[in-house]
Amino acid sequence: MQEFIWLLPTYPLLGFLALVLTSGRLPKNIVAIIGAGSVGLSFLTAAIIAAQFLASGEDYFVKEVWTWMAVGDFTPGFNFYLDGLSLVMMLVITGVGFLIHMYATGYMADDPSYSRFFSYMNLFVAAMLMLVLGDNLVLLYLGWEGVGLCSYLLIGFWYTNPDNGYAARKAFVVTRVGDTAMALGLFLLFAELGTLNIQDMLHAAELEWEVGNGLAVAAALLLLGGAVGKSAQLPLQTWLPDAMAGPTPISALIHAATMVTAGVYLIARTHILFELAPSVQMLVAWIGLITLLLAGFIALTQSDIKRILAFSTMSQIGYMFLALGVGAWSAGIFHLMTHAFFKALLFLASGSVILSLHHEQDIFKMGALRKKLPVSFFSFLIGSLALTAFPFTSGYFSKDEILIAAHGLEGPGMIFFFGGVLGAFLTGIYTFRLFFIVFFGESKAAHPPEKEYGGWNMNGPLILLMILSLVGGFFAIPLDAVFGQHEEHHVSTLMHGFMIAVPLIGIGISAAFFYFKIWSVEKLMASSLAQTLHKFWHSGWGFDWLYDRVFVFPFLWLARINKADLVDGFYALIVEISRAANSMIVKTQTGYIRWYALSIAAGVVVLITVGVML
Amino acid sequence: MESIPVEHGLILAAILFSIGLIGVLTRRNIVFVLMSLEIMLNAGGLAFIVAAARWGHAEGQIMFLMILTLAAAEVAVGLGLIIQMFRRYKTVDINVLSEMKG
Amino acid sequence: MILVWLISILFVGGVIAWLSERINPNFPRLIALITVLLDLALMLTLLGAEPSSGGWVASVEADWIPRFGISFYLAADGLSVLLLLLTGFLGVIAVGSAWDEIKERSGFFYFNLLWTLAGVLGVFAALDLFLFFFFWEVMLIPMYFIIAIWGHENKNYAAMKFFIFTQVTGMLMLVSILALAYFHYVQNGVISFNYHDLLTVQTSGSLEMWIMLGFFIAFTTKLPSVPFHAWLPDAHSQAPTAGSVILAGVLLKTGAYGLIRFAVPLFPEASMSFAPIAMTLAAISILYCAKVAFAQTDIKRLIAYTSVSHMGFVTLGVYAWNEQALQGAVMTMLAHGLSAAALFMLAGGLQHRIHTRSMPDMGGFWAKVPRMAVVALFFSVAALGMPGLGNFIGEFLALLGAFQANITLTVVSAFGLILASVYSLWVIQKIFHGEYKNSEFDDSHLTDLTRREMVYFGAMMIGLVWMGMYPQSFLAMSQPVLLELLNGTEELFAAVVQN
Repeated sequence: MQEFIWLLPTYPLLGFLALVLTSGRLPKNIVAIIGAGSVGLSFLTAAIIAAQFLASGEDYFVKEVWTWMAVGDFTPGFNFYLDGLSLVMMLVITGVGFLIHMYATGYMADDPSYSRFFSYMNLFVAAMLMLVLGDNLVLLYLGWEGVGLCSYLLIGFWYTNPDNGYAARKAFVVTRVGDTAMALGLFLLFAELGTLNIQDMLHAAELEWEVGNGLAVAAALLLLGGAVGKSAQLPLQTWLPDAMAGPTPISALIHAATMVTAGVYLIARTHILFELAPSVQMLVAWIGLITLLLAGFIALTQSDIKRILAFSTMSQIGYMFLALGVGAWSAGIFHLMTHAFFKALLFLASGSVILSLHHEQDIFKMGALRKKLPVSFFSFLIGSLALTAFPFTSGYFSKDEILIAAHGLEGPGMIFFFGGVLGAFLTGIYTFRLFFIVFFGESKAAHPPEKEYGGWNMNGPLILLMILSLVGGFFAIPLDAVFGQHEEHHVSTLMHGFMIAVPLIGIGISAAFFYFKIWSVEKLMASSLAQTLHKFWHSGWGFDWLYDRVFVFPFLWLARINKADLVDGFYALIVEISRAANSMIVKTQTGYIRWYALSIAAGVVVLITVGVML
Repeated sequence: MESIPVEHGLILAAILFSIGLIGVLTRRNIVFVLMSLEIMLNAGGLAFIVAAARWGHAEGQIMFLMILTLAAAEVAVGLGLIIQMFRRYKTVDINVLSEMKG
Repeated sequence: MILVWLISILFVGGVIAWLSERINPNFPRLIALITVLLDLALMLTLLGAEPSSGGWVASVEADWIPRFGISFYLAADGLSVLLLLLTGFLGVIAVGSAWDEIKERSGFFYFNLLWTLAGVLGVFAALDLFLFFFFWEVMLIPMYFIIAIWGHENKNYAAMKFFIFTQVTGMLMLVSILALAYFHYVQNGVISFNYHDLLTVQTSGSLEMWIMLGFFIAFTTKLPSVPFHAWLPDAHSQAPTAGSVILAGVLLKTGAYGLIRFAVPLFPEASMSFAPIAMTLAAISILYCAKVAFAQTDIKRLIAYTSVSHMGFVTLGVYAWNEQALQGAVMTMLAHGLSAAALFMLAGGLQHRIHTRSMPDMGGFWAKVPRMAVVALFFSVAALGMPGLGNFIGEFLALLGAFQANITLTVVSAFGLILASVYSLWVIQKIFHGEYKNSEFDDSHLTDLTRREMVYFGAMMIGLVWMGMYPQSFLAMSQPVLLELLNGTEELFAAVVQN
C-alpha cells in the first residue's frame, strides 16, 4: 500500500480537475462529495499508509514515480519520501483538511461560486501534500508555490471587493519575496553540493561543510527567508492578518493549520543544514521569540475576531520557530500538530459565530452568545484553553516541551524561556478577552442570532476537533528517527509551576477585565501613553506603514514617473534630432529655380577654385 | 590661313556662358530663362569647337552635334512645359512655381 | 528535403491564399489553415527521423551562388526541430486567432502571415549565413505589412519603428557576416558562408568583438533586450492579434536562437569576455521592463514589456553558457512562446469584443466571462513562473545555471520573479476582479470564449502543463545539440568565471 503514496495528492488533484472542467455546472451536493470526498479518500489512504509504515519499522520509504527533468547533474524527480516527519504532516493535512472541507460544505452552502471554492481547496491540498511528500527541494518548491497560489486565489475568493484582491496580492507578493530567497538558496545548494535531493543534499552538506561554514550559513539564511515568508514571521509577517479577507474555512485550513506552518516544516526538514549554521539557528529562535511577542501585543488590541486569531497564529508559529531555534525539532513539529487542531477549531468556531451573526466580525458587536451558540461556545472554550496551554489540553504538552527546551539551552536560553512565558501570559489575556467579550456580557449584536448556523456537517468537524484539541497532546509522534533521540530536558518543579501558572494569571486578568469587570478598560485607556501604545499595536507595530514607505511607494513612484519608458525616450530623442536637423537643412529648399541654379554655379566656382589652388 | 587664337574663342565662350548664367539667375520670365539656357549650351558648344580646332580632333565637333540635338530636345520639352505652365497658372513668371520647397 | 517542403508549402500556400480571395473572401483563411496544418503534420514526421552523425535529423544542401560560396543549405537538429514545431503550432493558432478578426483584404493578410512563417522556418533551419540573412529579411517585410495595414490606431508609426529597428540592426549583422566570410577567404583562400566552415575561422581581439557585436545587436534587438526593446511595445500594441501571436511567439525566438546557434559558437572568446555585459543587460531587462510593465495601462503594451522581461532570462541563460542555463533558455523560449501568444490572444479577444485596450476602463469581468477569466488566470500564473507549468522550468533552470556563472547578477535577476508576480496579479485584478465596470465602452459584444477559442487555448494550456510536468520530452531533444555546442567552449567560459 505504501507504493500508492502517489495517490495522496492525486485524489484532490482529480477533484480539482473534475470541478474545473465542469466549471460550476454540477449540483452542489455532487460538488461537495467530490470536494470533500477526494480529501477524505486521501486521508483514508494516508491513514492506511501510515499504519503500514509504522508497522514496518522502517525509517523512511521512497517511491519514485517519474523523472521530472534531467539536465546534466540536475535530476529532480516526482519522487515521494515518507518518514516520521512527512507522516505527521500528511496526516495533519489530510485529516484536518478533510474536517475543514466537510465544514466548508455547510459554510459555503449559500455561495454562488461553490464549485470554484472547492476546486481551489482541492488544488491546495494537492499542492500541500506535494510540499511535504516531495523528496527533493524542487518538488517541495512546486508545492510551496502551489499553496501560495491557492492562498492567493482563496483570499481573493470574493473578488468583487477590491480590498480582498489587495489582501490576496499582498499575501502572494510578500511570500514571493521569501520564495525568491528560497529559490536562491536552492541554486546555492545545487551549485555547492550538486544535488537537490533533500537527504542526499543533507548528507553532502554534513560531509563537505564543517559547523559554521559560510556557505552553510548563507544557504540556511536563504532557506530561512522562504520560511519566514510562508510562516508569516518577522520581517515578512505583514500579509497574514490581511489574509483573513478569505472565507473562514480558508483561514482555518491555509492560514492556521497547514500552509503557514510550511516554513516550520522546511526548517525541520533541513535541520541538519541549520545545525551546520548555528548562527542562523539562533536567528531562527530570535525571530520566533520576537514574532511571538510582537504578535501577542498586537492581538491584545484587535477587535476583529479573525484578526485576533490570525495574530495568535503568528504568535504560535513564533513558538514553533523558537523550538526549532533551540534545537527542539520534535517539540516544534509537535506544537505544529496540536496547533493545527486547536487553531482550526477556533477558526471554524469563529466561522459559525460570524455566520450566525450575519457576517459580523467585530467582537464588540457580539456578546452573550453562550446560550445561543452552544457548539461554538464549547469549541471556543476548548480551543482557547488549548491555545493558552491549560494543563492537560494538547497545547499544554507541546508548549511545555518548547519552553523546557528553551530553558535547557546554554547562553540566551533563559531569555527565550522568559520571553516564551511572557508570550504565554499575553496569550492568556488576549484569548480570553476574545472569549469573554464574545460569549458573555450583554448582547450588542445588530441582528441577534435566532439559532446556531450549521448542521451536522459543520458541527461534526467541530466536535471532532474539540476531541483532538483535548487529547492531541497524548499522541506519540514518530520523530526520533528523523531528528535523532532528543535529549530530555528537566526543569525544577518550581519553574514548572511558574510556567503553568503564568498563562492562568493571564486568564485571570482577562476575567477581571471582561468577565467580572473589576477593572475597567476605559480607565486603562485614559492615559495618552496607553492610547499611543494601543494605536501603535493596533497597526501591527507600524510595519505596514514602514513597508509602504520603504518599498511600495518608491516602486509606485518609479513606475509612475517612468511609464513612458526612458529608453523609448532616447529613441524619440534621435527622431527629434533628425527632425531638427531636417528643419534646418530644409530651408535651403526654397523652390525657386534660380536659387538652385545659383547654388550649382556657386558650387562649380568653388570646385574650380579648389582645383586650381591645389 | 591665319587662325583665330584659341584664347579668343574661349573667352568668347566664357562671356556667352556668363551672359546665359546671369540671364538664368535674373530673369523671371520663363521663356527668357529657357533662352538663357540655350545661350549657355551654345557657349559650351563653342568651347568644344574651339578646342577641336586647336587640337585637330573630331571629338569636339561630335560633342557639339550632341549638344545641338540635346538643345533641340530641351527646347521641345521646355516649351511644352511652359505651355502647360501657362495653361495652369496663366503666367510665365517662374517664381510662381515654388511649391516644391521644404 | 523535407525542410524545403516545409518552407515552400508556406510560400506557395501564401500565394494561393492571396489569389483565392477573388473567388471567395472566405477561401484565404481556409487555405491558410490547411497550409499550416499540412506544415505541422510534416514537421511531426521530423520527430521520428533518425539523426545523422552530426545530430542533424534533416538536411539539404545545394549550390546557390557558388562563385561567392553561397549555398542553399538547410538543416535541422533537435533544437531547430523544437523551434520549428513551436512555429508550426503557433502558426495554426495565429490563423485561428485571425479567423474572425481579419475581414479586409484577407487574401493579402494570409499571404503575409504565411510568408512570415516561412521566413521564420528558414531562419531556424538555415546553416548558410547568407541564406540565414535572406530568411531574416523575408520574415521582416511581411510582418511590416501585417502591422502597417491591419494594425490599430497608430499602426504606421509602429510598423515603421519595427522596420527601422530590425532593418538597421539586420544590416549590422550583414556586415558581420560579410566580414566573417572575408576572413574565411583570407585564411582559407575560398569564400564560404557555410556555418561549419565559418566556425573554423580564427578571429581574435577587438576585431572578433566588433564582428560579434554585429550579431549580438541584431539578435538582442529581435529578442529584444534593453536597450533595443523600444520597438516591441509599439509593434505589439498596434499589431493585429495574429501579428502579436507570431511576433511574441516565434519572431522573438529567432533572436534567442541566433544567440545560441551563431553569436556565441562563432565567437566563443569574444562572447566569453562579453558575457558579463550581456548578463547585466539581461538583468536590467528583467527588472526594468517588469517595472515599466507594471505602470502600463494599455494591456497589450503591458504584455509586451513582460515579454522583454521574460526574454531577459533567455539572455541570462545563454551567456551563462552551461547545460542547465542553456536548457533553461530553450525551455523559456518554448514556454514563453505559448504563454505570451495566449496572453496576446486574450488581449486581442478583449479588444475585439469591447474595442478598448485600456485597463482602467475594465474591471469585474470574471462574472461576465468566467471561461476567459480562468484562461487568463492560467496564463498569468504561468507567466509569473508557477512550478508545474513550462515557464517555471525555463526560468528556474536558467537561474540555476546562471548562478554557477555569476552569482550577483543571478540574485539581481531573481528579483524579477517577485516583480513578475506583482504585474501578473495586477492584470488579473484590474480586468477580472473588482466590481463590474462598463461605463467606458459598449459591452453588448462582451461574450465568453467561444468553443473554437477554447480549443486553441486548451491546446496551449496542455502544452504548458506538459512542459511543466514532463519537460524531459523537450529537454531530451535539445540536449545533444546543446552539449555539442558546449563542447570545448564551456571550459573557456568556466575559466572566466573562476577568475
